Amino acid sequence: MAPHVLLIEDEPHIAEAIIFLLRRDGWQVTHLALGAGAVDQARILAPVLVILDQMLPDISGLDILTGLRADPATAHLPVLMLTARGHPRDREAAVRAGADRFMAKPFANAEMMAAVRALCARAIQTDPRPGAA
Amino acid sequence: MPFNLLVLVCLAYVIFLFTVAFWVERRARAGRLGWLRSPLVYTLSLSIYCTAWTFYGAVGYAARSGLEFVTIYLGPTLVFVGWWWVLRKLVRIGRLHRVTSIADLISSRYGKSNALGVIVTVMAVIAATPYIALQLQSVVLSFEAFAAATPPDSPTPGAGSTAIWLTAGLALFTILFGTRNLDAQEQHHGIVTAIAVEAVVKLIALLAVGIFVVWGLSGGLSGIVARIDASPIARWSLDPGRWAGLIFLAGAAVICLPRMFQVLVVENGDDIQLARASWAFPAYLMLMSLFIVPIAVTGLELMPASANPDMFVLTLPLAQDRGGLAMLAFLGGFSSATSMVIVEAIALATMVSNHIVMPLWLRLRPAAGLSGDLRGLVLNARRVSIGAVLAMGYGYYHVSGGSAALAAIGLIAFVGVAQFLPAMLGGIFWRGATRAGAALGLVLGFGIWVYALFLPSFGPDAVLSAQLMAEGPWGLSWLRPEALFGTSDMDPLIHALFWSLLANASAFFITSVLTFPGPVERLQGAAFVNVFDGQVGPQRWEGGAAEPEELLTMAQRILGDEDAQALFEAAARDQGKSRSILPDPTPAFLAALEERMAGAVGAATAHAMISKLVGRQTVTVEDLMTVAHETAQVLEYSAQLEAQRAELARSATALREANEKLTQISVQKDAFLSQISHELRTPMTSIRAFSEILSEGDLPPEMVARNGQIILDEAKRLTRLLDDLLDLSVLESGKVQLSVSLSNLREMIDRAILATEQVKPEKRFVFQRDLASENLFIRTDADRLTQVFINLIANARKYCDAEYPEIRITVRLKAARVRIDIADNGSGIPKAGQGLIFEKFSRLPGELRAKGAGLGLAICREIVANLGGSIAYLPGQGGAAFRIIVPLRIEGGTA
Repeated sequence: MAPHVLLIEDEPHIAEAIIFLLRRDGWQVTHLALGAGAVDQARILAPVLVILDQMLPDISGLDILTGLRADPATAHLPVLMLTARGHPRDREAAVRAGADRFMAKPFANAEMMAAVRALCARAIQTDPRPGAA
Repeated sequence: MPFNLLVLVCLAYVIFLFTVAFWVERRARAGRLGWLRSPLVYTLSLSIYCTAWTFYGAVGYAARSGLEFVTIYLGPTLVFVGWWWVLRKLVRIGRLHRVTSIADLISSRYGKSNALGVIVTVMAVIAATPYIALQLQSVVLSFEAFAAATPPDSPTPGAGSTAIWLTAGLALFTILFGTRNLDAQEQHHGIVTAIAVEAVVKLIALLAVGIFVVWGLSGGLSGIVARIDASPIARWSLDPGRWAGLIFLAGAAVICLPRMFQVLVVENGDDIQLARASWAFPAYLMLMSLFIVPIAVTGLELMPASANPDMFVLTLPLAQDRGGLAMLAFLGGFSSATSMVIVEAIALATMVSNHIVMPLWLRLRPAAGLSGDLRGLVLNARRVSIGAVLAMGYGYYHVSGGSAALAAIGLIAFVGVAQFLPAMLGGIFWRGATRAGAALGLVLGFGIWVYALFLPSFGPDAVLSAQLMAEGPWGLSWLRPEALFGTSDMDPLIHALFWSLLANASAFFITSVLTFPGPVERLQGAAFVNVFDGQVGPQRWEGGAAEPEELLTMAQRILGDEDAQALFEAAARDQGKSRSILPDPTPAFLAALEERMAGAVGAATAHAMISKLVGRQTVTVEDLMTVAHETAQVLEYSAQLEAQRAELARSATALREANEKLTQISVQKDAFLSQISHELRTPMTSIRAFSEILSEGDLPPEMVARNGQIILDEAKRLTRLLDDLLDLSVLESGKVQLSVSLSNLREMIDRAILATEQVKPEKRFVFQRDLASENLFIRTDADRLTQVFINLIANARKYCDAEYPEIRITVRLKAARVRIDIADNGSGIPKAGQGLIFEKFSRLPGELRAKGAGLGLAICREIVANLGGSIAYLPGQGGAAFRIIVPLRIEGGTA
């Protein structure tokens, strides 16, 4: 079965682009446009990777990340954080909350896919989760 | 003179009065009162003191008791000549504390006690009802006098139907002009002017009859002097006790009668009116009394012995076949009766509704103070009260059957209302007067009046049995109604006056000395007694406990939206707040608000309603010290300090506001940078991702088309954002090019509604508009103004969360400025956000990611500023509401 990625992103066009890229590469993708219930979904789906937007209309991406880390079932999941804000402070906040990788929008498609592959590879090698990146 | 003609003239006269009242009301509403507020009109309106009882009755009085009738005019003359001492103070207190009636004055002075208000109201109604009946009777009698002179074959109505038509007509007139609006100061310019006209009519009528009697019937001055010498009136001798008693009584009545209090204090505009009236009103009274004796002696000589001397003014010209003169005399009497009844009904209705109906209603439904349409309730209570007062007057007339007992009722009513005198004068001159003293004095004095004068006036065996009258209750002869404590040789009227006022004043004084006033009472007492000195605030509220928004909601229900908002805005400006229409609930503001509301619903009710929101009124030791020491204060120095302190407080508020704003803006600046970064990066992300996908090639054609469309959409979004930013910077720099033309506001709003239909098209919005008021031509930049409307309506469509969403648009033109309110019925904008929504990229707390870039309202604010107007959030409207004010025509082609 193809590896599963959970994508949480509210901008429909950006989500559409990422889904296209992942599926073309052979991944299975579940997409959520809102932050509500994201932690529960992550527990049920048990994906190999979570791609998380930092700014969602209802809940902050950082809060979701904290929620994921607090739940033993999802604490080890690799998380790739996306943000449209370029400030270094946003990166620090994301790392502090436990993001494995941080990527600013706009990104190069290739760079994004490379990050996804790297995170998954590491997750498969060293399960449970490695130290913070 | 045919009877039908009389009815016709009568009707024409009434229609004329309606027209006058209507015309003045319209001028008053347009703010163009001008000479209608002159001392002349004020003085003439005071002439309701001369009722039909004085117009017709003075002649009868002179025929029966000689010169004694002069006392009725001498009392008021003394009071007015000495206006500096009592009247000036009364009127000043009335204006400063927005007193609505004599009951309100007494209740307000004694700690806003509604119990006292109720006592005074009940007393006034009981004393006034027979007096109103007397007026009805005089009109009926004058109709009958005409009917008697009519050939028997022509139809004349019975006395009963005359009275009932008259009562109904008076009720209609009073309700129409007495309860048009809930005035902050309870003034009725239309009625006052109509009364002034009636005053002129009755003066001319009486003078005309007098001149006719002297020069037409008696051959000039020497003839009338001879006639007076020959008549029994010349043999009348003066009884000093009764003479002094009656002068005192009339003087007391002129300030205590509810209708006199109404025109004298409540309808007063300034001290100049009063100063002028101090000599003009006695002059009027003198003219009114000039020909009384000549008419009386001529009547006694020429008329048959059976003729009623009360009707000489009318029957003398009729007997001499002077139809025109008789008609004039009739109109004079008619004027006297109607003006008295109208003002009395208004004064009593104000008391009944403010002191009985409203408090009762607020007690039965405690929650109602905060909701419901109180203005309508108050007005309806007044209308019903007017009807009830007049119905009681009619009922009394009907039951008493127009008996002769009514003739004496004028003086009897005077004694009844004179009972207010100790509580009133004591209240404004003596700080030590207390509520308990006032209540006990009033009740005791009134009780004696009822027992010793009012009930006996119906005659033996009518109410009190003949046996009781002759021997006293249970055979106790010292309790005989007309000879209390064995004073049987006194005149009954003076007897009752003496005992009732003695008991009243003694109880008032002794109880006041023995009891201790409550805190509110002390403050009010100081404010009333020292009304001319430095201002001891009429009341002290502990500020801060009330929500300004709740206060506004309540004030709107009493004063109306317009006035309440204006009051709040002015107060906010005075406090140095420029960005909110809500002032802080400072003690000073609460006091001002209470005073304004007191003008509409009375002091006690206004006090109770504000207490409901603020909590109990607190009086600190400091307050009491102020009251105790205020005479020792160096007033000028403290006034200067006070002014400086107020100035400092204003600048401090302004500085604090500026500081808060700066802090908020600095916090926002970071948010702004990160926001603009987000707004630019988001569309670029999609554009970049899909461009890369496209450039790799090898895609099915429909995918290529779709991806291209997405890139196009996102590019447009970027452009729009940049356009908005550019627009805003141009608007902010003030270099914007306006294309000014004359355009129709309704078309602009239509266009805006049409343009926003694509926003949330799935939601069904109901628009509430008043197309007639929108039909205005404004000289402005129509496209820019429409852009503001589009923005506000689109926001309402986006954010209104009501189940059945509505958008209400109200337009008002005021002083060359157009006010447009756009409100929805959703949950509105939380208070914390209201100050920030007009800032660029502002986000409401808790809102992470709005649909727009957060520039819309900032642009709106800049546009409206460029159009010479202002836009503000309007709190307390039940949903999100915005108020735009733009000038009706802006100057020049560019701004």
